[in-house]
Amino acid sequence: MVCDNCGSGEPVIHLTQIVNNEVKTLHLCEACGAEQGLQPTSAPENPALTDFLAQMGEEGGAGGVSVSGSTASENCDFCGLTMKSFRDSGRLGCPHCWEAFRPQLRGLVRRIHGSTRHVGKVYLSPDAAPADIEARVEGLRRKIERAIELEDFEQAARLRDEIRALEQGGDEVVDA
Amino acid sequence: MPEDLGIGESGLDWIDASGEFADIVLSTRVRLARNIQGHPFGVRARPHDRIRVNERMRELLPRVVPLRGARILEIPEMSARERALLLERRLASRELVGEKGNRAPAPGSALVLAPGASVSVMLNEEDHLRLQTLFSGLRVQEAWSVLDAMDDAVGAEVPYAFHPEFGFLTSCPTNVGTGLRASVLLHLPALVLTKEIGRVLQGISQVGLTFRGLYGEGSEVVGNFFQLSNQTTLGKSEEDLVDHLDRMVRQVIQYEQKARGVLLRDAASVTEDKIWRAYGLLRYARSLSFEEFMNLLSGVRLGVSLKLLPGLRVYSLNELMIYTQPAHLEEAAGRELAPAESEAHRAAYVRRVLAAEPVRTSEEGGGDSAAPEPAD
Repeated sequence: MVCDNCGSGEPVIHLTQIVNNEVKTLHLCEACGAEQGLQPTSAPENPALTDFLAQMGEEGGAGGVSVSGSTASENCDFCGLTMKSFRDSGRLGCPHCWEAFRPQLRGLVRRIHGSTRHVGKVYLSPDAAPADIEARVEGLRRKIERAIELEDFEQAARLRDEIRALEQGGDEVVDA
Repeated sequence: MPEDLGIGESGLDWIDASGEFADIVLSTRVRLARNIQGHPFGVRARPHDRIRVNERMRELLPRVVPLRGARILEIPEMSARERALLLERRLASRELVGEKGNRAPAPGSALVLAPGASVSVMLNEEDHLRLQTLFSGLRVQEAWSVLDAMDDAVGAEVPYAFHPEFGFLTSCPTNVGTGLRASVLLHLPALVLTKEIGRVLQGISQVGLTFRGLYGEGSEVVGNFFQLSNQTTLGKSEEDLVDHLDRMVRQVIQYEQKARGVLLRDAASVTEDKIWRAYGLLRYARSLSFEEFMNLLSGVRLGVSLKLLPGLRVYSLNELMIYTQPAHLEEAAGRELAPAESEAHRAAYVRRVLAAEPVRTSEEGGGDSAAPEPAD
């Protein structure tokens, strides 16, 4: 079997998508998968994870995506959660787990949400870097557009002030 | 009306029937899942971790503007009945009050309840923080903007766990990204009666929404109440998620109204009979299980909505729904009630409320309060 995309690589990612109520399976090599933001996850033959994924799939409903492949599992060095206990409970143990299990989670998150990239609110923690501030300002600009659409000019003005404060100092965040 | 509870009448603004489409839409809820950097959560949080988060938050949250003056209800210190009251008012989840699997509530679990306002925070639920707003009727936009402001205010004080790729980090991958779940509780009797509901629910699942029963996750549909909410939380902005739900719910409301039109056109006498029978049973029954009550209430609610039961307010129906739940009946009685007693108390309470709000019929031209209120 060869990769459905490039026709040469050995497929390690098997992507099942439900589009307009039709099930389609794509077999991709690692390079082509990576281009689409997919990474192989834990072995599909592990029953606990497949159960978990299947369960997630039911919750995910139409448009669900599944990714299977093979990588090793680790444990989180902050809270000690193991991949096995995540598979059993379906719950992570701390914010660091998201970094520790990132490749596996990326596949899972894509399957659940049909996307792996957060496009909502950008959070600015008290010790924010300049790039974070830019991203936050970008998010606020989107909100201004929406406020104007809804003719909520008071809100638009408040957001404009917030952007100004961010661009001037970065440390002076205006409260709502 | 029950005596003042330990938690008073707190957190019941959402039943006041003030919102848009209040006869069809009982309530709108929006919540955000948030976690704090540097603390384990959920399954990995040990009792002292949970208590540390609790102490940090109980000091901070009541200072944040939308929560100023909020009460902090420490769940492990509450009686089983008080915890059930929170659940029945839909302010706390089963997970928070420890009802899942009959556990005792976990240490550090708390509900931060703002005075008068429809905002609250669950502490140490599955995530450290569950910020939530609960409004009467269809008010998705308003519920979101109030919540958004509260989120900004809290996030300026505590460092949230946020990842540039995954967004707000949560215990369960189904909540990651925005951490946002917006849900609307709808009463859809005509879609059920015309058997159109299956198609509608199938339709909403194809547009990224999901439905649940009255008490949220894992609960069954009773009294034709359906809770519609967004399925996914990542890959779309909060505004898109909220707008989408709002639009889809308005469409479902249109379908329901159309189905009501069909009932009145093609089955007017049957529909009217069903509604009056439901009213009659509620008005005079001596024993009601919660399920039977909810089914009859659904008929009466439809009647009020179709203006077939003039004189009865939507607010009274909402109130009935809250105060006839088991823990609320026990609270009013001031003691535990055996199942049979509970059903008798429920029926008595319903009779009292309905007697106080007589329905005028065209035949009588006056109230139907001729029957004397029996003693209990």
